[in-house]
Amino acid sequence: MLSRVGDSLYWMSRYLERAEHAARVINIQLNLMLERGSQSEDLDWVRVGRSLGMELSEDDAYRSVIVASIVAARENARQVREQISSEMWEQLNRLFHAVRRSSPQAWDERDFLQSIKEGAHLFQGVTDSTMTHGEGWQFIQAGRYLERAVAVSTLVGAHFREFHQPAQIGAERVYLEWIGLLRSCTAFEAYCKAYTADVKQERIAEFLVLHPSFPHSIRFSAEALETAIKEIGREAGSRRAQRVERIAGRLRATLGFGQIDEIMSGGLHAYLQELLRQCGQVHSALYQTYISYPIEAALEAS
Amino acid sequence: MAGVATKHTLPAPFHDYELDDAFDEMVDGQGTVRPHYRHIYEALRELTADELRRRQQIADLSFLHQGITFTVYGRDEGTERIFPNDLLPRVLTRDEWSRIERGLEQRITALNLFLKDIYHEGKILNDGVVPREIIYSCKHFRRQMRGFHVRNDAYVTVAGTDLIRLPSGEFVVLEDNLRVPSGASYMLVSREVMKRLFGELFRKCSVQPIEHYSQALLSTLRALTPLVSPQGNSEPTIVLLTPGVFNSAYFEHAFLARQMGIELVEGRDLVVHDNFVYMRTTAGLRRVDVIYRRIDDDFIDPLAFRADSSLGVPGLFNAYRAGNVSMANALGTGVADDKAVYAYVPAIIRYYLKEDPVLDNVETYLMSDPLHRRHVLGRLQDYVVKAVGESGGYGMLIGPHSTAEQRDEFRRRVEADPRNYIAQPTIRLSRAPCFIDSNVQPRHVDLRPYILFGDKVTVVPGGLTRVALRKGSLVVNSSQGGGSKDTWVLD
Repeated sequence: MLSRVGDSLYWMSRYLERAEHAARVINIQLNLMLERGSQSEDLDWVRVGRSLGMELSEDDAYRSVIVASIVAARENARQVREQISSEMWEQLNRLFHAVRRSSPQAWDERDFLQSIKEGAHLFQGVTDSTMTHGEGWQFIQAGRYLERAVAVSTLVGAHFREFHQPAQIGAERVYLEWIGLLRSCTAFEAYCKAYTADVKQERIAEFLVLHPSFPHSIRFSAEALETAIKEIGREAGSRRAQRVERIAGRLRATLGFGQIDEIMSGGLHAYLQELLRQCGQVHSALYQTYISYPIEAALEAS
Repeated sequence: MAGVATKHTLPAPFHDYELDDAFDEMVDGQGTVRPHYRHIYEALRELTADELRRRQQIADLSFLHQGITFTVYGRDEGTERIFPNDLLPRVLTRDEWSRIERGLEQRITALNLFLKDIYHEGKILNDGVVPREIIYSCKHFRRQMRGFHVRNDAYVTVAGTDLIRLPSGEFVVLEDNLRVPSGASYMLVSREVMKRLFGELFRKCSVQPIEHYSQALLSTLRALTPLVSPQGNSEPTIVLLTPGVFNSAYFEHAFLARQMGIELVEGRDLVVHDNFVYMRTTAGLRRVDVIYRRIDDDFIDPLAFRADSSLGVPGLFNAYRAGNVSMANALGTGVADDKAVYAYVPAIIRYYLKEDPVLDNVETYLMSDPLHRRHVLGRLQDYVVKAVGESGGYGMLIGPHSTAEQRDEFRRRVEADPRNYIAQPTIRLSRAPCFIDSNVQPRHVDLRPYILFGDKVTVVPGGLTRVALRKGSLVVNSSQGGGSKDTWVLD
């Protein structure tokens, strides 16, 4: 497969995951803002921005962030139109036209966010059921799960910093905020099944960071990422694949053998920072191995 | 005139089928249906207008869903339109076709000899058959190709020659497209659609197949494999180089690459190292042996040609000259489809092959010739004036349809730069039946067959028939209201 094709598929997937995640987080935050009442709205948006790892100053900025992600996803898909299925292209194109048509006045915020989430889920389903699960599909998987691992790490980190020891707000408020965090990762129901509705910070951290089979946990994402990267290595048959596989494997192991009590006592924030650093390494190694490798390295290996 | 006499003599859906002095593909001068159109004529009489409309809709939808669009430039974000396709096939007899085929083989053989000659010794120039200044003043002449040996001497590997039919019924060559001719994908797709819509009729007519085009193109490209490439059991790597998704012919590039099973690459996918060309794949760099390039000479290598090109591959030309990679078509073939050089093609055929041309040229006046120029500028309203390096119906004046102002404008242009213009008499292209506004009407058509020149010459029977869909119009270019129709060569 051409490196450019892998690159486009990877970013198409990352951008779409980013849009979907942002839409979900913002939808939850809009709910929470109703509860917070009198507090300054500007401050709220600064916090939302922090939990998404970007700068948001006013409430309309999020819309352009989401639209820009959809546009970027579609542009990447367009570059590899012949490599993806027609159904995938049609679905992404439909989503693109829907968000581009929408103006802030004409659209209800919730409808807008809902349509992003649904559109992204639909695309994911169409992708999985219409595209060969070969090398290209694995790049899509890698993009999705790497983006998810980064997004959840950022979100959990920002939330814990804010509410680990909240100073001036009441217990009920705090409870809502923690549920908001779970909902932001579609994890509330799954969490309740595992631990009942008894909300405890350490359990939430364990669930979102270390749960082995919940699809939005960081560990699950890291495992899916490693699987995709190993498959790419197998399909491409590149001898230079060892490095990226080792780095992805280390990320998976960091999570797979993690103990929540140790993580909490050592500082959750530092642990999440370490995960983000390793995610960055996986991305760089993936690029150096498959996408923008130096000519000399490739010539030696082949 | 015959036109008046035969009006209303044809039954529905042909009641609007008026004849005039142009050659009609379906009906002869007496208003009798030609034998090779019989089957279609009968079939159309039995189909209701509703049924024909239904089939037209199916055809249009099928083009739309396959994304067979071309891009209209100059609009917001490049508007994509479907390529209009007429429902009724254009039919040629075996005899008509075999003459065309012979003529095209002869022409491409002579043109390849010509290209080899002018980029080497230049015998034809020394002998004064073609004036030297016409060649050296051509903007598509590439000095860089001097003395370079092209693999198999195949300069033009893929040609799309435009033929028109005179009122006498004779086919003549209107122009040679020897650089990056397009349209073969439309030919293949519209055949596929026609077989689905008119299966019974198709079988009855016993039409010669064209489906082997992609395979023939692939083996033509394979024959260009450089001698330095690993020979024997390992397959050469052949790629199709496209300018990218924003190009108007991107659909065709993707289509042909898929049909041939070769990689569709852009300039940024290729790198040149030590004069070898590689493509960047996830499995590392892979050596490329043959490039079917759909990028113009000017943009192919920013180091050798236009430095502002971002579509090309730096260093590609050196790799090419080193013989490490082949390209189809070779660089510099544009000199042979320059419209001023075109006027000399019959002489070129006689010079190299010692034969008379099977297919004639349209009578052509070179504006660089003072006698010709005076003659044409005196009666511009009777002539079509064309800029020599343009194509696609741009940069031309159609005398009979022009205003006095336009003629003055062209007169000034021709006098300022005579080498850049030629003139041809206005020709009534032949007409073929088309399905328009729920009945059958005649429209002017031309014919673009595709010729492949590899270890042998292959011309798939038929080609793309282009139609001027506007009533009375003689311009068949897709950018100017033209469409296409399937072409059936009977066996």
